Amino acid sequence: MINSLIEEALEHLYACEVEDATYPEEESILAAMGEASSAGLVEFRDGRYRLTRDGQAAGGDVVRRHRLAERLLSDVLAVAGEHMPEDACRFEHVLQHGLDDKICILLGHPSTCPHGKPIPRGKCCRKARGDRIEEISLLCDGKPGAKGVVAYLTTRDDREVQKLMAMGILPGSPIQLIRRFPSYVFQVGYSQFTVDRPLAAVIYVHWESENPPQDQKKG
Amino acid sequence: MSVGTLLRKIIGGECCENQNHTGTGLPKVLIVGSPNVGKSVLFNRLTGRYVTVSNYPGTTVEVSRGRSKVLEGRFEVVDTPGMYSLSAITDEERVACRLLLNEPAQAVLHVIDAKNIERMLGVTLQLIEAGLPVILVLNMADEVRRLGIRIDTRRLGELLHIPVVETVATTGEGIGELAVEIGEVQPAAGQKVDYSGELEQAITEVAEQLDEAGGISRRTRALLLLQEDSSDIEKLIGTQDAIRTEAVRAVVSAGRGRLEHSPHYYATLATKREADRILSRALSLPAPGMPNFREKLSRLCMHPLTGIPLLLLVLYFGLYKFVGEFGAGTVVGFLEDTVFGKGINPWVNRAAEAVIPWQTLRELFAGQYGIITLGVRYAVAIILPIVGTFFVAFSILEDSGYLPRLAMLIDRVFKKIGLNGRAVIPIVLGFGCDTMATMVTRTLETRRERVIASFLLALAIPCSAQLGVILGLLAGHPYALLVWAGAVATIFLLAGLLAARLLPGRGPSFYMELPPLRLPKLTNVAVKTYTRIVWYFREVLPLFILASVFIWVGRVTGIFDLLVRGLEPVVNLIGLPDGAAVAFLFGFFRRDYGAAGLYDLQKAGALSGVQLAVAAITLTLFLPCIAQFLMMKKERGWKLTLLTSTGILVLAFVVGFVANAILNGLGAQL
Repeated sequence: MINSLIEEALEHLYACEVEDATYPEEESILAAMGEASSAGLVEFRDGRYRLTRDGQAAGGDVVRRHRLAERLLSDVLAVAGEHMPEDACRFEHVLQHGLDDKICILLGHPSTCPHGKPIPRGKCCRKARGDRIEEISLLCDGKPGAKGVVAYLTTRDDREVQKLMAMGILPGSPIQLIRRFPSYVFQVGYSQFTVDRPLAAVIYVHWESENPPQDQKKG
Repeated sequence: MSVGTLLRKIIGGECCENQNHTGTGLPKVLIVGSPNVGKSVLFNRLTGRYVTVSNYPGTTVEVSRGRSKVLEGRFEVVDTPGMYSLSAITDEERVACRLLLNEPAQAVLHVIDAKNIERMLGVTLQLIEAGLPVILVLNMADEVRRLGIRIDTRRLGELLHIPVVETVATTGEGIGELAVEIGEVQPAAGQKVDYSGELEQAITEVAEQLDEAGGISRRTRALLLLQEDSSDIEKLIGTQDAIRTEAVRAVVSAGRGRLEHSPHYYATLATKREADRILSRALSLPAPGMPNFREKLSRLCMHPLTGIPLLLLVLYFGLYKFVGEFGAGTVVGFLEDTVFGKGINPWVNRAAEAVIPWQTLRELFAGQYGIITLGVRYAVAIILPIVGTFFVAFSILEDSGYLPRLAMLIDRVFKKIGLNGRAVIPIVLGFGCDTMATMVTRTLETRRERVIASFLLALAIPCSAQLGVILGLLAGHPYALLVWAGAVATIFLLAGLLAARLLPGRGPSFYMELPPLRLPKLTNVAVKTYTRIVWYFREVLPLFILASVFIWVGRVTGIFDLLVRGLEPVVNLIGLPDGAAVAFLFGFFRRDYGAAGLYDLQKAGALSGVQLAVAAITLTLFLPCIAQFLMMKKERGWKLTLLTSTGILVLAFVVGFVANAILNGLGAQL
């Protein structure tokens, strides 16, 4: 069992070593390395601590949880501003025992955090890709012709919510994306609507797994 | 009396299509519903009057009232702008909501597009809960049948406990039955929607604080209060007592504080749930089929690769061929040369000479600037054919449902100039009549967009009359035409970019329903064109005559010569001969009038290609005509109108000066 101090250190080292090819300078990080080393997660070579194979897996896992937490906080819970980083830091230690995969599925296996950094893939992501199972992603990321059901709306703006609802976009409404350019066009019920990107970027859709265009039975 | 009211008295009539018959004292029938479901068609059916109808959302921007033709004229029928729900987003939506809350009605017709009953029934439930005398009108029943959707109308009526009528307003089907129901309808018993959870609790708590008042149920008023909807808070609370009012406010804000999302969100979810439950027993939907021809064409319109060529085709045939060549060429030629040139004008001149002995008074009616020989001639021979053909083309476009697709195509460009795709409708209409278009800017969502749109309309959108004359003016000079189009388009975009930069406020957001493409109905196109022409002439002809009178007075008193002489240096500055000053002075009265003045100058061969291009550019950008000026004042207020007008006046001449300098500097021969 590794404690949260080691998790922080691994996370940091992972970000530096794997993603940026740099080395952390912070005392607090290096101080935790001894313990990480005895757990077999890092090794000391050429005057530097490096992640072992296990360490890379563990570090990637923490980074993944942190960035998933950021996504969850910003997209679904609509938390923004200065507290977000702290909240995400606390959150990442809670997302254990497969909870991270559940949130990953809920969020539709996002590939980047709100700051644009990559989220390391989890088991669930690989499975989703292999099985082409249902995914939740933004309406504006869908493929033209794809059908799905509105999963949730992530907007803090009452007027936006009002507009979306006027178009019949509610959690649970069936929706089909028709065009993405120059504006987004979709069908809800027997009506088609067109919206711009800011509006399309608050609608998360639970896409149907397969969308053969000749499928006649499904509505 | 202000200048505006004075002018309107002279012109005789309001600047809009709808007369208000408020205060008839008759019981009212309110028509409400989402945009583009056919409320206005139904209004026309019920009253035998005509208000404009189109195949796109947001056509109706004013409340229309008329006495019912059915039911022995016992009712006043009120048509309202579309609203998506009881809590309004745009100004026009607010109009409908306020009417519902403030005007006690004999019947409230909730008109819905029957094929979209799943989406629209939620509002019906809200109206029922409000305790209003609701009749559900399932309009466009023909499209429903064609799609194979089956709605059990009787069952639905039983489930909702209100009358439900199927109609096809465009053909009149079901109107008789609807009339019977209007005579008999009772206020809905006010079945409640169960909002569940925190919202339900909040509504109950707020409702307990309210008294019965104004015929709207306490639950509905509680919900509206929680939605913070309102400038009508006092009215909703329903008491004058300040202490009670404060108490209610406290309960409201406590209730709102407990909710995570907006009350609107929960309310819509709950009504949707309830609507689904009801419809599961009264509605059966067919399996969706393959995209048909309509759908394929619709997609071609929206794909940039096919949509832009299609747009160019529409512009070429609709504007250039039909309005430009046929309207401004063939018809104008016939009326101008044959009817007036050979027939009316010589006759009027002879008659004037025979009847009126005084030279000065004779000039009021006949001669170069006479009311009949100039005012009426311009209006009937030049303007009428051009505006008429434009309105025909525009009506066909409107009814086909093409415009929202164009809006979708062009939204990204319009965002750059501070507008959104929706503004395509007023802007395109502006090519017909900028005055009408300025009125239609009301359909835009924010004040910022409305200001930018009316500014651009006044500056860089030539109306059809002006366009026709300019096209005629530049007919023999294709390069001058190109320079003119390029310059005006550039100014349009630059001014828009600048306005978007300078004006504070949030950027626009674009959302719009894409109605199905429909084959325009000939009768509707004809009636609509006729109504618009009548509207146009009620507004225009008096101004033409007024302008003739002004010019006559000006000439007689010598003020006219003085002004022309004053304008001559300015006109010379942009490289035009003295004669153009007269045209510009006319331009103050009407822009197209000014253009038409240049037309005469060009016919006399007094202008070179460069001069024509510069004159056309300056006149296009020039001050709005009097009618547009007054409409702008009505919609935007004095301050903004004067500010815009001054800016435009300066800008027009500066651009004209620069264009002239560049063209001459390059030694261009156009």
